Amino acid sequence: MIETGTTRVKRGMAEMQKGGVIMDVINAEQAKIAEEAGAVAVMALERVPADIRSAGGVARMADPTIIEDVMAAVSIPVMAKARIGHFVEARVLEALGVDYLDESEVLTPADDKYHINKREFTVPFVCGCRDLGEALRRIAEGASMLRTKGEPGTGNIVEAVKHMRTVQAQIRKITSMSEDEVLAEAKNIGAPVDLLLQVRLAGKLPVVNFAAGGVATPADAALMMHLGADGVFVGSGIFKSENPEKFARAIVQATTHYNDFKLIGELSKNLGPAMKGIELSNIAPADRMSERGW
Amino acid sequence: MKIGVLALQGAVAEHIKSLQQAGADEVVPVKWPADLEGLDGLVLPGGESTTIGKLMNKYELMEPVREMAERGVPMFGTCAGLILLANRIEGQDWAHLGVFDVLVNRNSFGRQVDSFETDLEVKDMEGDEKYTAVFIRAPHIIEVGDQVEVLSTFNDRVVTARQGHIIGASFHPELTDDVRLHKYFLKMVDEAKQVRV
Repeated sequence: MIETGTTRVKRGMAEMQKGGVIMDVINAEQAKIAEEAGAVAVMALERVPADIRSAGGVARMADPTIIEDVMAAVSIPVMAKARIGHFVEARVLEALGVDYLDESEVLTPADDKYHINKREFTVPFVCGCRDLGEALRRIAEGASMLRTKGEPGTGNIVEAVKHMRTVQAQIRKITSMSEDEVLAEAKNIGAPVDLLLQVRLAGKLPVVNFAAGGVATPADAALMMHLGADGVFVGSGIFKSENPEKFARAIVQATTHYNDFKLIGELSKNLGPAMKGIELSNIAPADRMSERGW
Repeated sequence: MKIGVLALQGAVAEHIKSLQQAGADEVVPVKWPADLEGLDGLVLPGGESTTIGKLMNKYELMEPVREMAERGVPMFGTCAGLILLANRIEGQDWAHLGVFDVLVNRNSFGRQVDSFETDLEVKDMEGDEKYTAVFIRAPHIIEVGDQVEVLSTFNDRVVTARQGHIIGASFHPELTDDVRLHKYFLKMVDEAKQVRV
């Protein structure tokens, strides 16, 4: 007897990505560059977050042709994004054979109250989180992997740092709480009690948690690993830089050897300009993608 | 007994934990050639074989690990680790370490939606219980050389095999609490150490 789509199989897939870099790509050519640079997976998109941000309008699931092209071009896993709550986009991507789905705030939400019931799917999901309550709500809905939300498409690491630090600090706080305190805390942070008790016991999240949303340089990637990330998503950072091949290779190596500052210095030499980036105070609250999700 | 776990990418922490549970004295992550010194055995974890292979070349680990294997130091590869050990990979004319006389087929059970778990009989394991085997975008062994012993098959496909001091599995024993394969590997390490002494 064989069982597909079990919790172990879905979470295990994310475990295999640990210590690696997942790169946003918009065509087969970029996917090959990412694979050649040592990416552990690629995220197939119609536009990278920086372009979604500047284009405005409604951002939706990518054209399946792009995803199929990318799947045909590389042997590493291929991920794709569905809008928050849009379970039909998710079913379509699952049927295409995508390896991991991102229910993503980078796209325009399709539902203002409910996220996708991810438990019902065979394909595993990754979701964004800003704090422990949000992380555990997503896991309760069936997410098998988490990532910080950061602020996508900005090339500015500050929000990703804030979200990673918040989750880690909340985990540390929970582990020192008595059980009755945890029961009250569950209500305060909007987290399911059983999952919060699990975190208290284990001292960590039950799934892998990557950094995402603003990683633009090798040092950014290493910073997130130091703060407790299990790996790194790089969205616009690679293909919006002037030398994507070099940037991609440097970010992969900085993620593996995040403790080796001399090496990160070497990797950072002559990379050419990183993506330009946006200072957060210049983004109107309504345009902040990290505010999406409930 | 000192065991290394190749720690460039993948399920490193899980293997370290399993090896400790199985009774290894000392387990260390291996990121640089210098970390290989004094190792009695090496585990190559699950992860992305393409990524790990590239990083092994980049950080000059490929040659020293191959030499270690040729010297008789026991090695245990799971999933991506099996692909790294194999001397033949279907669809390509090159291998990574090439120290294990098998032909492997990558992602041979399909994409992630086809990943599965099943109860598997593995030869020479302690007790009668079957292994809960987790297969994630797993490879399988298409052909084995004369010196290779098949330890388990699933639907007529070879998924665990041993050649003297080298053992490879398609699935992920590091994702469950069953550490019998890790214990089996530690026994191989013990035996190899006695031969060398």
